[in-house]
Amino acid sequence: MLGTTITLAFRAIMRHKLRSFLTTLGIIIGVAAVVTMVTLGNGATAAVREQISSLGANILQLRPGQGFGRGGGGPRPPNFKPQDVTAIENQLTGVRAVAPQAQTSATAIYEGSNWSTTVNGTTAAFFEAQQWKLDSGRLFMPEEEEAGKAVCIIGNTVRQNLFRNIDPVGKQFRIKGVSCQVIGVLTTRGQGGFQDQDDTVVMPIKFVQRRFTGDRDISMILVAVDDAYETSAVQASLEQLMRERRKIKEGDQDNFNVFDTKQISDTLTGTTTILTQIVAAVAAISLLVGGIGIMNIMLVSVTERTREIGIRLAIGAVASEVLMQFLVEAIVLSCLGGLIGLFLALIASIAIAPLMQVPFIFDVRVNLIAFLFSAAIGVVFGYFPARRAAALNPIDALRHE
Amino acid sequence: MPTDPIISLRGVTKVYGSGPTAFQALKGVDLDIARGDFVAVMGPSGSGKSTTMNILGCLDVPSAGSFLFKGHHVETLDRDQRALLRRKYLGFVFQGFNLLSRTTALENVELPLLYRGEDRKTRQEQGMAALDKVGLKPWWDHTPAELSGGQQQRVAIARAIVTQPDVLLADEPTGNLDSERSVEIMELLTDLNKNSGITVLMVTHEPEMAAFARTIVTFKDGLVEGIRKGEGN
Ligand SMILES: Nc1ncnc2c1ncn2[C@@H]1O[C@H](COP(=O)(O)OP(=O)(O)OP(=O)(O)O)[C@@H](O)[C@H]1O
Ligand SMILES: [Mg+2]
Repeated sequence: MLGTTITLAFRAIMRHKLRSFLTTLGIIIGVAAVVTMVTLGNGATAAVREQISSLGANILQLRPGQGFGRGGGGPRPPNFKPQDVTAIENQLTGVRAVAPQAQTSATAIYEGSNWSTTVNGTTAAFFEAQQWKLDSGRLFMPEEEEAGKAVCIIGNTVRQNLFRNIDPVGKQFRIKGVSCQVIGVLTTRGQGGFQDQDDTVVMPIKFVQRRFTGDRDISMILVAVDDAYETSAVQASLEQLMRERRKIKEGDQDNFNVFDTKQISDTLTGTTTILTQIVAAVAAISLLVGGIGIMNIMLVSVTERTREIGIRLAIGAVASEVLMQFLVEAIVLSCLGGLIGLFLALIASIAIAPLMQVPFIFDVRVNLIAFLFSAAIGVVFGYFPARRAAALNPIDALRHE
Repeated sequence: MPTDPIISLRGVTKVYGSGPTAFQALKGVDLDIARGDFVAVMGPSGSGKSTTMNILGCLDVPSAGSFLFKGHHVETLDRDQRALLRRKYLGFVFQGFNLLSRTTALENVELPLLYRGEDRKTRQEQGMAALDKVGLKPWWDHTPAELSGGQQQRVAIARAIVTQPDVLLADEPTGNLDSERSVEIMELLTDLNKNSGITVLMVTHEPEMAAFARTIVTFKDGLVEGIRKGEGN
C-alpha cells in the first residue's frame, strides 16, 4: 500500500515538475544554507584548533603586563630577568623545559636577497619546549649559548626567501649589520595563532641581548609542562612564584600574565562554535519558511486538484488513502528538496572551504539531521492540506470546476 | 432474463440543505434493479436522476428509506465502508469523462487497480485488457488532451470496468458526444452488459440512447413515474 502511495506521489510530482521545483526551493535553499554554514563553521573551528595546537601542547607563555592589551595606563611593567628563568627551573615542579625569549625584528641579507623577519633570542630549551625538530644542521652548543656566538637556526620561510635552492647550513649572512652563520634549519610548522611560525631566525639569547636589544631583559618565557603534571596546577605555582619575585602585594593585580595555549585554543574554538550556531540558527529559520512554502503550495494544490480527489474517491479510494497520498507527496517533495540541498551544500562547501583557508570536513551528523528535519517539515506542513483533501465530499469534489 | 434484484430502493428520500432553504430532491423512491439488466433512467431536468445515481453509487446516502445492495443495507454504512463497496462492486462513468489530466490512458485505467493493491504486472495486463475491450489498445500511452471526446469516454468506461464490477453506473455518458460517437458508446455498453454480465444503469435525455436499454425508468419530481420495457434485448 505504501509503495502504491509513493508511486502515486512520484507521478503527481513528475506531472508538475516546475511547480514541484518551486515548492521545494525553500527547503533546498534552507538545507543548503544550514549544512554549508555548519560544515564551513566546523572547518573554521578545526583550522583554529589546528593552528593553536601547532604552537605546542601544554605550554605556558609568561609575559609582562595584564594580558591582551595591558589594561590601563601607568608605567610599563618590567620585563623578566635571567634570574627569573633560573628560579623557575629550580623552584617549580612539573616543568619539562624553560626557554627565555628576547625578540626583535630585523632584515636579513644574503647575496642579492633580503628578507625582513623576526629574530628570536633564546636557548636550546626553546626547541625542546615546543618539540620542534631540525630539518638539517644542529642545535646551539652550550658554549655557543654561554658566549653568545653569532650562530643561528632559521625557519623554513626564511630559508626559502633568503637562500632559495642553496643549502644554507654553514653559510654566512648579514642581519642588522652583523654577520651570522647558519647552523640549522627547522622543520616546517605552518600558521600558528595567525602568524607564520616558520618566518623566524633563532639565535642565542645572549647574542640578541648584547648586539640588538642592548639590555638583559627577557620579553617572554616559555614553560613546557611535564605530561605527568596538571597544567593548571603548574600555572598556579608559576603565578605564585612570579608574584613573590616581582614583589606584588596581597590584593594587588598581577603585572604579568600566563597563557595556557590549550586555554586559548578552547576560547577561540568556543567562539567559532557559537558563531557557527548563530548562523545555522538564522539558516534554520529559512528552512521553516521553506516548510510554510510547501504547505502553501500543497493547499493550492488541493484546491486545484479537487476534481482529481473526487475521481479518486469515486473510484473507491478511502479517506486515509487520499490523506496518505497528499502527505507522502509533501514528504517526498521535502525529502527531494533536502537531498538537493545536501548536494548543493556539498558542492558549496568544497568550493568555499579553500577560499576561506579552512579544511572541508564532511559531517555525517549534520547532513543526517538536516535531511530528517526536511522530512519532518514535509510531515508537519503536509498534514494540514492532506487532511483537507481527505475530508472532501466526493460528489462536491467531482462537480468542482 | 434473471429477476433477482441486485439493487432495491424503498421509500428513499433525499433532502438537500436544512431549515427554510431545505429542498427535497427525492420524495420516496421505490425501485428494484434486476441483476444483469440494462436500465435507462429518463426524466426532466431536476427530477432527481443524478441524485438517485449518486445514492446507488454509494457516493451519497439517502435522508430516509432503505437501500439494499446485494441484500446488504448501505444506508447504515460509513464513508470508508461505502468507499470499499465502490471499489469492489461498482464502476462509474460520468458525463464529463473525469479522467486525470496529464496522465496516460493506461494509468487512468489502472487507477482502481492501484487502490485494490494489485501489483504492477497485474495492473498492466488488466488495464491493457480493458483498453482492448473498448478498442483503445493502440492509444494506451495518450493523455486525455491527445484523445477525442468519444475516446476519452471509452477510456472512462475502461476504467469503470477494469475491476470487473457487478454494476456500471453512467450519468449521461453520451451527454457531451455527437450521435455517431454516442451510438458507439451505447454499443459498447450493450456488449459489456451482454457478454460480461455487468448490470448497467444509465441516465440519458435522448430516447435514441434509451432505446438500447432493456428497461426504461422515468423520474418526475423526485419520484419514479413509470417503468417500461425498452427495445434492447
Ligand atoms: N448538492 C445539492 N444541493 C442542493 N440542491 C441540490 C443539490 N444537488 C441537486 N440538487 C437539487 O436537487 C434536484 C434534483 O437534482 P438532480 O441533479 O438529481 O437532477 P437531474 O434529474 O439529474 O437533472 P439533470 O437532468 O438536469 O441532470 C434539483 O432541483 C437540484 O437543484
Ligand atoms: Mg443529472
